Parts: sequence; C-alpha cells; structure tokens
Amino acid sequence: MGATGLVIQLAYVIAAALFIFGLKLLGSAATARKGNLLSAVGMLLAIVAALLDQGIVEYQWILLGFVVGGVVGAGAARLVQMTAMPEMVALFNGFGGMASLLVGAAALATASGTFVLVTIVLSILIGGLTFTGSLVAYGKLSETIGSGAVQFRGQQIVNSLIVLGILASAVMFCLQPENSQWLYLIIGLSLLFGIMVVIPIGGADMPVVISLLNSYSGLAACAAGFAISNNILIVAGALVGASGIILTKIMCKAMNRSLSNVLFSGFGSVSSEQTVVEGEIKPISVEDAFYVLEAASNVVIVPGYGMAVAQAQHVVKELAELLEENGCVVNFGIHPVAGRMPGHMNVLLAEADVPYDQLLEMDEVNPRMETVDVAIVIGANDVVNPAAREVESSPIYGMPVINVDKARTVFVLKRSMASGFAGIENPLFYKENTRMLFGDAKESIGGLIREFS
Amino acid sequence: MEAVFLTFILMLAIFLGFELINKVPATLHTPLMSGANAISGITVVGAIGLAGTGQQDLSNWLGAAAVALASINVIGGYMVTDRMLAMFKKRGK
Repeated sequence: MGATGLVIQLAYVIAAALFIFGLKLLGSAATARKGNLLSAVGMLLAIVAALLDQGIVEYQWILLGFVVGGVVGAGAARLVQMTAMPEMVALFNGFGGMASLLVGAAALATASGTFVLVTIVLSILIGGLTFTGSLVAYGKLSETIGSGAVQFRGQQIVNSLIVLGILASAVMFCLQPENSQWLYLIIGLSLLFGIMVVIPIGGADMPVVISLLNSYSGLAACAAGFAISNNILIVAGALVGASGIILTKIMCKAMNRSLSNVLFSGFGSVSSEQTVVEGEIKPISVEDAFYVLEAASNVVIVPGYGMAVAQAQHVVKELAELLEENGCVVNFGIHPVAGRMPGHMNVLLAEADVPYDQLLEMDEVNPRMETVDVAIVIGANDVVNPAAREVESSPIYGMPVINVDKARTVFVLKRSMASGFAGIENPLFYKENTRMLFGDAKESIGGLIREFS
Repeated sequence: MEAVFLTFILMLAIFLGFELINKVPATLHTPLMSGANAISGITVVGAIGLAGTGQQDLSNWLGAAAVALASINVIGGYMVTDRMLAMFKKRGK
C-alpha cells in the first residue's frame, strides 16, 4: 500500500467514525440536525478520498454522474411534500439498490476467486430485488398502480421457481464467470423477484415493506463492498442494514404481526368474522364539542393518516394553541404505525410547527390516559380500536393501541361510518363516553377554532 | 484471509448499528430512514473507481451510471433529512 493508499484508508476510517457519531447524535431531536451534518461531512470525506485513487485516470464520467445525481437529488429533496416522504424514501431505496447492482456487475471485470464471485452475486441479487421491489412500493404508495394486494393461484410455486432459478444460475455463474449469460440471468431473475415479493403486499403494510427495503439497500451496499473489498462500503452498508431491520421489527410489533405474516398473506383475508357491537352512535355538534373542550384541562390529540389526507395538521396546531391559551394541557399521542412510514406523523406535525416535546409515543401517553379529559381522534381508526384489547376474535386482537376509550370523553372526527384500512368494526364509536363529530376534519376543527375566537 | 477480515468488520458494524439505532426515538424514524438512504449512497465510493478507469468499456459506463444513482441518494438524502430535522423545534422557540 503506497502513501496515497494509506491516506485513503485513513480517510475511510474517519468517515466511518463520523457516520457512527452522526447516528449517535440522531438519538435526540435536539442534536439530530448536527448529527446529519456530521454524517454528510463523513460522506464528503469518503468521496474525496475515493477521488484520490491512482487507478482513476479520467474524471469526466465521474463528474457527469455527480452533476446528474446532484441535480436530481437536490431537486427532489427541495420539492418533495412531507406527505410524500414514504414515496421518496421508497424511490431512494431503489436507487441505492440499483447502484450496488451496477457496482457488483462492473466489479466482475477484475474479479478473481469464488468468494468475490459469490459477493458479486449477492450484490446483484439484493440490489436488483431492492430496485424493482422499491419501484413497486413507490407505485403502490403514490397510487400510480393499485395499492391492493395482488395475489393469484400458484404464486408460491412461481416464487419458488424463481428462487431455484436464481440459485442455479448463481452456481453456474461461479463455475463459469466468463460466460456472461449467467450474469444476465441472475440480473433478470433478481429484478423479477423484487416485483414478485412486493406485489402480494397491501398498501396498509407498506411501512413494513419500505423499512425492509431500506435495510436491503444497505445490505446491497455491503455486498458490493465485499465485491470490491472496500471497508467503508461494508461499515456504512451494515449500519443502514441494521437500521432498516430494527424499524421493520418495530413496525411489525406495532401491528402485532410477524414479518412472514406481512410478507406472505394479504391482511384482508383474515377479517371475515363479524364482531357484534353493542351501544349506539352518539353524534355531537361543533358547538357542544366546543363547550366540552372549553371546560377541559387535559387534552390528548390522536392523529392518523386521515389528518394528513385532509391537510388538517395546521388547523389542528391552531386548535392546540387556543386550548393551551385557555389553560389546558395539550399533547399528541402518536401510534408507531400512524402515517405511512415509521415516524411519518411526527414529521407532518413538526411541519405544522408542533413542538416535538408535545409529541408523545404510545407508551408514554397510555399510562396517563385516565387523567385525560378529552381525547380527540382525527383520521385514525384501527390504532385506537379497543377491540385489540377486548375482542379475542378480532383480527387485530393483541395489537398495541392508544387507549383513548379510557379518557373521560372521546371525540372522533370522522367523515362517515366506514371502517379503517383493515376493514374492522370499531367498538370505540359505540362506547358510552364517545361522541362522533361527523364531517371533514379540517372543517370541523375550523368550526371549533371559530367558536374559540 | 482478507475475506475473514472483512466479515469481521461486517459483524462489528452490524452490532454497533443495532446499539445506535435502538436509541433513536420514534419521533425521528422518518429522518433516520432518509438519512439511511443517504448513507447507503456510500456505493458512490465504489462507483467512482469504476467510472474513472478511462477504459471506455461496459464497466466504465456501469460505474458512471452507479455514480449518478448513488449521488442522488447522497445529495437528496442528506438535504431532505436536514430539511425535515430543521422543522423539529422545542416548545417556546
């Protein structure tokens, strides 16, 4: 290793340390922005180091790549709506996967030894399925394709055949690396496999899928790192891989489902049983709701994705401020699967200027629910469904929910009596202490604000 | 021997990753994911070497395409994460 080589390797060590320290600072909202900046500095350092490599004799293609990627990336980052973050992350997962596939394929030119060939296969396989899987996830999230689960007879058989095909062509590729048809076969089958694994998953399960694909995009970078024996790719890829796996686990736990259940069975198929719900629906007018809120001293707002769809987060924030001026304690209770990706609801509320210390996680808000005067449910349904605690035959039985029914009064803002994503009857609407405020959430809250002023 | 050495690094990095990410609060999970997008753009480092060989062959083109894709992740990922994190404010600020 020459002097330049040594400098490059040392720069990679520092870059890795900056990534790690950046992630550590992400442990608190107060330091997170600094952490992201440190991580970006680490990336810059790694890129500069890579440019010093003496194997590089011309820079125009690198520069062209940077310009194209920079313009697209910066444009997307500035223009994306916060409601569309899941789509953007899905798309970026795909780009990461494709980049690793390309690096793996290009590394073949200088590859020697079975170990390197195996890692090339892995980077192509993981990168390829991440790419097409992410495109399908993007399509489902942005609803350019139907968001429902696509299932057909013999799906498992077709998938098994694809897996066998990938295994067979991987073995042949390692035996005859000079024969490029095996390479093309692996690429083709990996791309096909990515489509096949994501189409049977319904739109409601997309938070799990994009977390998992996030993890794969890291693992693909990791495999590419092995293929070109580069430490920094392995370390950074592993960090991303670990992050995605943890988020996947959290999402599955919050839905009380196993990963294999999410991946291999559409959710709609289990909810055939009818729950008999007793009691009656008690609607409330905006004026009456105002009188209750005016007298309340402790309010918890539980938002769901419906709030974002109605673009109601800004009026919700306004209502929260009015309540606070009225001497009331206001908090937001955020369920882990509220929104369409992990933490999505927090970003939407932060955008509406809700301070982050007002955003409570489910485990923080549930113990204090009995002291809450009014719980306001906006555009959420399944995540506040008490059937998850009470009705053993319910398909969501066992799923952790925010126990709004334990508050003294519950207001449910709802357009109509339709069921949630999972199509499950919600006994909350029939409880003694529940009042339904029907209509568009934005208009209902606007009405409450007018009553206050 | 190098394979073992690289696997060793992988193992340590995965355990470290689990420890670090477990401490990230749920509030920040979306910026965590977009930040992870940016970090997974590290592939750009590998792609640079392939795009600059001057060979004008297939692996050169693949490398250039990989540089473009990975830098979308790097630049877009860090920028959008910063944009999001700038919105998180403490009460009274």
